[in-house]
Amino acid sequence: MIAYIMCFILFLVGLYGVITRRNLIKIAVSLSIMEISTFLFFTLIGYIDGGVAPIVDPTDPVKVYVDPLPQALVLTAIVIGLATTAMLMAVIIRLYRKYGTFDIREIKNLRG
Amino acid sequence: MDLTISIIVGFMIFGALYAIHARDLLSSVIACGLVGYSLVICFLLLKAPDLAIVQIVVDTITLIIMVAVVLDSSREESYLKLDTQGYISAVTAIFLGLLLLYFYTVSIQSLDVLGKSSLRMAKHYIEGAAQKTGSANLVTGVVFDFRGYDTMGEAVVLVTAVLGVLTILRLRGKK
Repeated sequence: MIAYIMCFILFLVGLYGVITRRNLIKIAVSLSIMEISTFLFFTLIGYIDGGVAPIVDPTDPVKVYVDPLPQALVLTAIVIGLATTAMLMAVIIRLYRKYGTFDIREIKNLRG
Repeated sequence: MDLTISIIVGFMIFGALYAIHARDLLSSVIACGLVGYSLVICFLLLKAPDLAIVQIVVDTITLIIMVAVVLDSSREESYLKLDTQGYISAVTAIFLGLLLLYFYTVSIQSLDVLGKSSLRMAKHYIEGAAQKTGSANLVTGVVFDFRGYDTMGEAVVLVTAVLGVLTILRLRGKK
């Protein structure tokens, strides 16, 4: 159970970064750290001691496979995570070109 | 297995803390890449080779995008000095974090112990899945056959994201 708890601590570290940092790049990095901890948590749930990767071997039908469902879920989530990160980075580039800074306090002050 | 994964995740936590506190943005981004690549090792240990392959590709692409963005800028973060208000907020945040951690430890009691997953739902997916889907790899069987519409939706999301990035990065708007 230690692994579950470490996983949640990683999530809390990401949350701390999102809340306290004032730099847009740091916020994006913290978001991807939160994402990563969630992926790890789902994969941990499906793990079975002594199981093998879920690839069927017809010659040995009594094998124990690890749970394929969380893995399928995480496979989808990883790709969506890439899409959101790319989108976020595009917005950040635009903000930097317009305001010349990554600092959200300065961006707020410069507005209007 | 529990201990091995915990050590790697501890390493990831250090990388994450460094990524959040580094003064140079390039180091911050590289440390984020370190966390992602450690996740690949975890996936391999947890018997998820498909995820490891996808994650290593995705992490490399993310790292390239982030480095490209950072190199295009001044790379420095303005220093954040803590005042009294800041210390009070930090203490409150640590307290709230510990509270969340407590509720989390209570709630994971209802999960199966690590390594003893009971495959409540996956049992029906695994039984005869190779014959039903014609795919020896159960993960691809689930992604492309049982949950094919989900995957189509994922593809739609990807295309939308690419269109969004192209729209945002277009230099000049239409007259």
